[in-house]
Amino acid sequence: MTLAIKMSDVTFKYDSQSEPTLHHINLNIEQGERVLLSGPSGSGKTTLGQLLNGLIPHAYQGEITGDITINGHNIKDMSIFERSFDIGTVLQDTDTQFVGLTVAEDVAFALENDNVTHNELFSKVQQWAKIMELEELLRVAPQALSGGQKQRVAMAGVLIDDSPILLFDEPLASLDPASGHRMLALLDELQEKYHLTVIMIEHRLEDVLQHRLDRVVVLDRGVVTFDGTPDEILKTQALAQYGLAMPGYLQLLKLAGVSFDGLVNITNPAQITGPDVYDKLQILENSISRQNQTGSPTAESILTIQQLTFKYGKQSLFENIDVTLYEGELVALVGKNGSGKSTLSKLIAGFIKPTAGTMTLAGVGDLSGLPIKARADYIGYVSQNPNEMITQSIIYDEVASGLRLRGMSEEELKPRVYELLKLAGLYGMREWPITVLSYGQKKRLTIIAVLALAPKILILDEPTAGQDYANAQAIMSFVKHLNKQFNTTVMVITHDMSLMLSTTDRALVLVDGQLLADLTPASLLNDPHLVEQADLSITTVYELAQQYGLSNPAALTALIGKG
Amino acid sequence: MNNIFGYQPGKSIIHQLSGGTKLLIFLLLTISGMLSFDVRYLILLMIIAVVGLQVAGIRWRNVSTIVKFVAVFAAMNLLLIYLFAPQYGVKLFHTQTILFGSGRYALTLEQLFYEFIVLAKYFFSLPLALIFLLTTNPSEFAAGLNKIGLSYRISYAVALTLRYIPSVQQEFVMISHAQQARGFDMSSNVPLRQRIKGVFGILMPLVFSSLSKIDEVSRSMDLRRFGKEKKRSWYYEQKFKKQDWWFLLGIVILVMIEILLIKVTGSRFWYPFS
Repeated sequence: MTLAIKMSDVTFKYDSQSEPTLHHINLNIEQGERVLLSGPSGSGKTTLGQLLNGLIPHAYQGEITGDITINGHNIKDMSIFERSFDIGTVLQDTDTQFVGLTVAEDVAFALENDNVTHNELFSKVQQWAKIMELEELLRVAPQALSGGQKQRVAMAGVLIDDSPILLFDEPLASLDPASGHRMLALLDELQEKYHLTVIMIEHRLEDVLQHRLDRVVVLDRGVVTFDGTPDEILKTQALAQYGLAMPGYLQLLKLAGVSFDGLVNITNPAQITGPDVYDKLQILENSISRQNQTGSPTAESILTIQQLTFKYGKQSLFENIDVTLYEGELVALVGKNGSGKSTLSKLIAGFIKPTAGTMTLAGVGDLSGLPIKARADYIGYVSQNPNEMITQSIIYDEVASGLRLRGMSEEELKPRVYELLKLAGLYGMREWPITVLSYGQKKRLTIIAVLALAPKILILDEPTAGQDYANAQAIMSFVKHLNKQFNTTVMVITHDMSLMLSTTDRALVLVDGQLLADLTPASLLNDPHLVEQADLSITTVYELAQQYGLSNPAALTALIGKG
Repeated sequence: MNNIFGYQPGKSIIHQLSGGTKLLIFLLLTISGMLSFDVRYLILLMIIAVVGLQVAGIRWRNVSTIVKFVAVFAAMNLLLIYLFAPQYGVKLFHTQTILFGSGRYALTLEQLFYEFIVLAKYFFSLPLALIFLLTTNPSEFAAGLNKIGLSYRISYAVALTLRYIPSVQQEFVMISHAQQARGFDMSSNVPLRQRIKGVFGILMPLVFSSLSKIDEVSRSMDLRRFGKEKKRSWYYEQKFKKQDWWFLLGIVILVMIEILLIKVTGSRFWYPFS
């Protein structure tokens, strides 16, 4: 049987760069195999994907040496169009990859371009809409769908080609955890039914490995550093060395001193067994229950929100929300897509006005009379996409601009700007143009540009979306550091449960305009009922605890969360 | 958001016409109306356009902003015509009936009549444009353009542009909020120079983020073979139905009426008071 993918000694260098991005890659993938391609940012995993689907050299030019064949066809003889019959791609950002105005058109797009007859278009779209459960949504705009639905539309638009190989570029990046699991389960089903070869580029191992995978390939700086089964990579205990995060349940087992060599079903926290697992976990649990629960010191309240109501025309998004934020705390705001998280943060920042209710800031009083600019002196807002925030061309000017606009003199603002630049690790680059910064650096820049105004409260909208483990960790430890140093209250909107667990002290759960819960992150993730309502997913530690009858999964989760 | 201006789905007979028919009707009626200076004909078009608005079920709140904008523009236009060419009506209709005043700015019946004609042109062309924009699905419109002979790449580019108008509007609002929070004041209580600076503060990020979106969409289109064949099919292509032919026949009759009126009058300008 011909191999699905055969790469022999492939080296690739972008024309715009002096060093190759990929070095001597040898990789064979068989028909029907399910392969996870992983590695930190800059490892070359995305470049490898683009070499396969033809975006290189179609959109990005460079020099390829070595041989690549896809389904037995040498890629040198194939255009990007021809390749798309062998390999279909689902891009990372489902929002921007939609071309059609409605779901139906987007699913039909590839076939429209093949100029197939109108009847065939209709019957094929019907067929795949049925399989992907999109029949009710055919006339809806893709942008109006939930994250999980969008992912299904994107998959239908590629599967309609009957291409035998599917390439997913970070499919979980923009999904809430529950939708991510549903998507992966659906993929398992489709893979089996249509004998697809699946190549998934993803760095969130914990979520992916619970689903059926045959192989894990890890890249680092353009070289394959690991190629083996999921069991093997988990047993190495050296995920951090590959720039990847270790799943929570394994962190706990490691902490308990369990030897990984004897573990069976290591990829599944609900079925994992081993000779010393039970005893070691009991010892660990006993040791924490002896420690007294230290209650958090009572802090001063900083923002008091009372009876907040917001209506869009006749439809009400919030009814009578009451919540208090405290000085110096780090709060996570979580909930499923479209539940009002962004609206709530825009209300707090003053971008939109509430229909009823009051917001009172300690030392300032009622906020309703303040215009956006004056409010920004107390409450800073950093939007998800740093490109939406950046207005200057030089790094120093970007941080200084808010202060300049408030009439501060250059001498006065200079020390403040320098201090912030040093904090963000950008001091040495202060005279450089912003365009040279990486995404993570831009993110830090937008955060300090807002912090320059010394707000009492900082709101971060999805600060780590689309970032790999190492980058997300770096951004969040930066935020934690700022929170400690300036005692700024930080509210983070996030989908990333491990981030919530490792950095925040408190979780607010917002679902359909209702504040469902206000509790510690660890107790949230161990409450199956709440987790389901908020479309989050239960921690793997909880599953492990269930299996071994441990009584306090929340405390165990907190144990690994704080590292 | 309800106040965003763009295609609104509906079930009226005008919604059901094919995109190509609507484009033809819009172009033919607008051109023939612009050429005509015959009040009788313009009033006829005006009635047709207003009835069209009713039939298409277009609501005031969806179009109020643009109508007010055009109204201000029209008023300015009428005033300027009077300022720069106060006797243009006299030249057109070869008579002069002074109502009051004297000299260059004497108000004449002919000038009033002429300015009424200009106003009537606004009154029929704006509703036509609104009907066209609000009842035509951009995809159908692209299919329609392609059908009347335009290359499908250009047709698709037009449809994508129409489609992105609402999302660019939303992004503009988002960026403007984030920038105002930084201190870019765009309210009317700061000097003009600072306001212009503030608007630039929004435009730069807007342009960059739009460019990166365009890049992403075009890659996504490449991966699904856009541009592979000489022709492409359209999911939302609407076959010409009986009603399309009836409407086109109606338009042909209207154009013939115009030609007939010109023949009978002897020129494009009809003046009842001479």
